[in-house]
Amino acid sequence: MMGANLLEARNIAKHFGGVKALTDVSLSIRKGEIYGLIGPNGAGKTTFFNVLTGLYHPDGGELIFAGDKLKASAPHLAAKCGIARTFQNIRLFGNMSAMENVMVGRHVRTHAGVIGAVLHDSRTRREEAAIRRRAEELLHYVNIADRADDLARHLSYGDQRRLEIARALATDPKLLALDEPAAGMNGTETEGLRTLIEGIRSDGITVLLIEHDVKLVMGLCDRVAVLDYGEKICEDVPSVVQKDPKVIEAYLGGSLA
Amino acid sequence: MMTLTLESLRHDKRAAIIATALMGLALAAFPFMVGSTLGNSWLRIIDFAMLYIMLALGLNIVVGFAGLLDMGYIAFYAVGAYLYALLASPHFGLHLPIWLIIPAGAALAGLFGALLGAPTLRLRGDYLAIVTLGFGEIVRIFMNNLNSPVNITNGPQGISGIDPIQMGGITLAKPLSVLGFTVPSLHAYYYLFLALALFIVFVTIRLENSRIGRAWVAIREDEVAAKACGINTRNIKLLAFTMGASFGGVAGGLFAGFQGFVSPESFNLMESVMVLCMVVLGGMGNIPGVILGGVLLTILPEIFRHGAGPVQTAIFGKILLDPEALRMLLFGLALIVVMLYRPAGIWPSTTRRREFRGESSDVLKEGE
Amino acid sequence: MDIFIQQIINGLVLGSIYALVALGYTMVYGIMGLINFAHGEVVMIGAMVALTVIKLLAGSGLPVYIVILVALIAASAVCMAVGYAIERIAYRPLRRAPKLAPLITAIGVSIVLQNLAMLVWGRNYHAFPPILPVSEHEILGATITSVQVAIVLIAALLMAALIALIDHTRLGRAMRATSENPPIAQLMGVNINQIISLTFVIGSALAAVAGLMVSANYSIAHYYMGFMLGLKAFTAAVLGGIGNIAGAVLGGILLGLIESLGAGYIGDFTGGFLGSNYQDIFAFFVLIGVLVFRPSGLIGEKVSERA
Ligand SMILES: Nc1ncnc2c1ncn2[C@@H]1O[C@H](COP(=O)(O)OP(=O)(O)OP(=O)(O)O)[C@@H](O)[C@H]1O
Ligand SMILES: [Mg+2]
Repeated sequence: MMGANLLEARNIAKHFGGVKALTDVSLSIRKGEIYGLIGPNGAGKTTFFNVLTGLYHPDGGELIFAGDKLKASAPHLAAKCGIARTFQNIRLFGNMSAMENVMVGRHVRTHAGVIGAVLHDSRTRREEAAIRRRAEELLHYVNIADRADDLARHLSYGDQRRLEIARALATDPKLLALDEPAAGMNGTETEGLRTLIEGIRSDGITVLLIEHDVKLVMGLCDRVAVLDYGEKICEDVPSVVQKDPKVIEAYLGGSLA
Repeated sequence: MMTLTLESLRHDKRAAIIATALMGLALAAFPFMVGSTLGNSWLRIIDFAMLYIMLALGLNIVVGFAGLLDMGYIAFYAVGAYLYALLASPHFGLHLPIWLIIPAGAALAGLFGALLGAPTLRLRGDYLAIVTLGFGEIVRIFMNNLNSPVNITNGPQGISGIDPIQMGGITLAKPLSVLGFTVPSLHAYYYLFLALALFIVFVTIRLENSRIGRAWVAIREDEVAAKACGINTRNIKLLAFTMGASFGGVAGGLFAGFQGFVSPESFNLMESVMVLCMVVLGGMGNIPGVILGGVLLTILPEIFRHGAGPVQTAIFGKILLDPEALRMLLFGLALIVVMLYRPAGIWPSTTRRREFRGESSDVLKEGE
Repeated sequence: MDIFIQQIINGLVLGSIYALVALGYTMVYGIMGLINFAHGEVVMIGAMVALTVIKLLAGSGLPVYIVILVALIAASAVCMAVGYAIERIAYRPLRRAPKLAPLITAIGVSIVLQNLAMLVWGRNYHAFPPILPVSEHEILGATITSVQVAIVLIAALLMAALIALIDHTRLGRAMRATSENPPIAQLMGVNINQIISLTFVIGSALAAVAGLMVSANYSIAHYYMGFMLGLKAFTAAVLGGIGNIAGAVLGGILLGLIESLGAGYIGDFTGGFLGSNYQDIFAFFVLIGVLVFRPSGLIGEKVSERA
């Protein structure tokens, strides 16, 4: 089931003024794997996500996704190609219900325009029903179906994280990029998250995971890349990464061990 | 309270039908009641309230749904009005029929909306506000000055003698007789405006509950996240501008036909501000709230107008203070006081959860 | 007479006034992220009060500069009180409210002030009493009046003083801290409410001066004058990059220059198609042009979206 590369990043560079957030980062993610991206604070992980999802324009390098070159700086196109993401500091549509949040995620795979909306013809009605059904499924899938009608901002922290994942899944992604999904979660919540991510993978979706929770990353990921000061210093299976002296050095005294 | 009754209507078909029928009857009888008690001047005001409802609903799409602060909205009203004035008046000697002009006005205003939107959509919040405001002024200044070298708009004098609205050879400017009833002109306009306002309400509701409407709100709530969900925010925002503007164009055309006269004076910044106040004060993003805002802010200044002089005479025996200034002063105070006590508007959209499931207990939980 | 130089001079004078008013917008925006829509009306109140005082004292035999000084003090005092009251009544209660709520109260305040002025001073234009010693000076083939020289100098002086205040005093530091991050500033012991009040008061004092300048420059004042002036000044603030003090100064001067050069030359640009009555459009077109290419104004910070 693993094999061809789904994503190939070649020599990605991004700087902000003098800060080199990413320098020559190359990595490849295989179809069907869970790929971890770790590194100390400020290493450039989120920046890599932003480049990947078209939010930032890279200053160098290119991205090949599912065999095609990704056009930079058009987030909605990235979503259309099949890259979905969550945000490190949760970004939900606070005044929409959980259900509606997920329904927005279906936007990119549906078509009804103004005329369809106004006429409410049978095609639009069918599409709308399908959107709703899929959104309900996804809320069940991430286990927050009982909160469907609550405003997103009224959800608990853990549920908001789950909702964000459901919304991302609604775009039918090939690659799901999660930015620190376990941040702020307690032990049981994290355990639930692990099960969820494993489930997502077994449904055939490739996962790219930024995470500080070492136990989670090492237990979950097939391969891990380590960023430090914007450079990739290591990429391998968890057991090897854990012992890499450069990685231990980067984490100052090796909190990884 | 309101929500409670609305919500229960939704579940009881028969009650809903009866309520709709009663409402229809009330709306139909309304002009006769107003006309016979308060007189024709109030009927005119009610007719204007209908126009303002259309405007407020149009602006609500831009400001309330998509969260784009547009302070030059009245420009689209102006476009619709001037198009009607140019195509149906002695000014160019053209007298095209309404079923052509009103849609053309909607289309042209929509085009202007897109034209304004295209270069400005990268701007955020207050920057967008000032640019749209500038755009509104630009349109007005052009209308003021496009009387030379070629006389298009007739400048500050405006265009008069505009054809009244005619449908199927019947003019609304004269009393109509329908099945032996005589329907005075102001009443006829009322029914026409009401019909169009209801149509716009209908369109807005349909849009709100659609893929497009959700995309608008998503952009308002978090533009970055909306993009990440695959929403082409530029196009969807343009669509908001265009839709909102086209409503304004329709209202503008009706205004020109109703008034028989247009001049740049009617489309100054204060008018844009007024419509914005209707949207925000009524309850941004909430259709009933916006309608309420439109009605209130049309009527309130008129109440003050009718009250400012007579009340003074009654109390002091003479008019001490300029009634016009006094009425606007009171109006300004009312804006401040209402906003201080209801910062989210008079009728805000707290009830965003809709009939997904529809247990009535949901309604009670909402009273938070 | 050299038209170009003349327009530059006129533009500088107008621009200095715009800049003073723009500072009021930008300071408030910098600290609270709020468009103080009523600021233009504060300028108008300043002009009206100053004019009233000057009219009262014009026949008293006092030296001109004393008359002007008294007028200025009276106008500033009234404007500062008005500015303070506006913030306390219309904005402070809404600090946590939805973003558009204070905009609506600001509009309300603006309407109230305008109509209050109409009630107090009537609908008519008020002429500025001819007490100022007007001497004309020739430079480079253009004329500049002593009033214009005074306007530019005083405006420059006030702006320099304001910048010094913000850059080098405790108060200025507190203001900068508040605009950077209000909660943190509060933790550091800054009394935010006080700072915000002071910001309004200072902005209003500048507005009063600007009001006197406008009415002296055009020899006229009117209850409706604040509206367009405020709009232009706000445009100037946005042009420079709202929230940025230097930006407001730059934007104000630029807008003044653009307008007067535009008015002088628009006919030539468009082959006579558009006349000087399009002067106002010119300002807005420039604004739109600048913002399209530099969405945060000329020297505003580039706000890159962090995700
Ligand atoms: N929009 C931006 N503007 C300026 N600098 C930025 C921007 N985004 C990121 N940076 C800088 O780039 C560097 C990398 O930041 P990034 O957010 O990618 O780190 P990270 O690995 O995600 O860290 P963390 O674990 O804390 O989330 C940091 O020094 C950060 O300050
Ligand atoms: Mg990060």
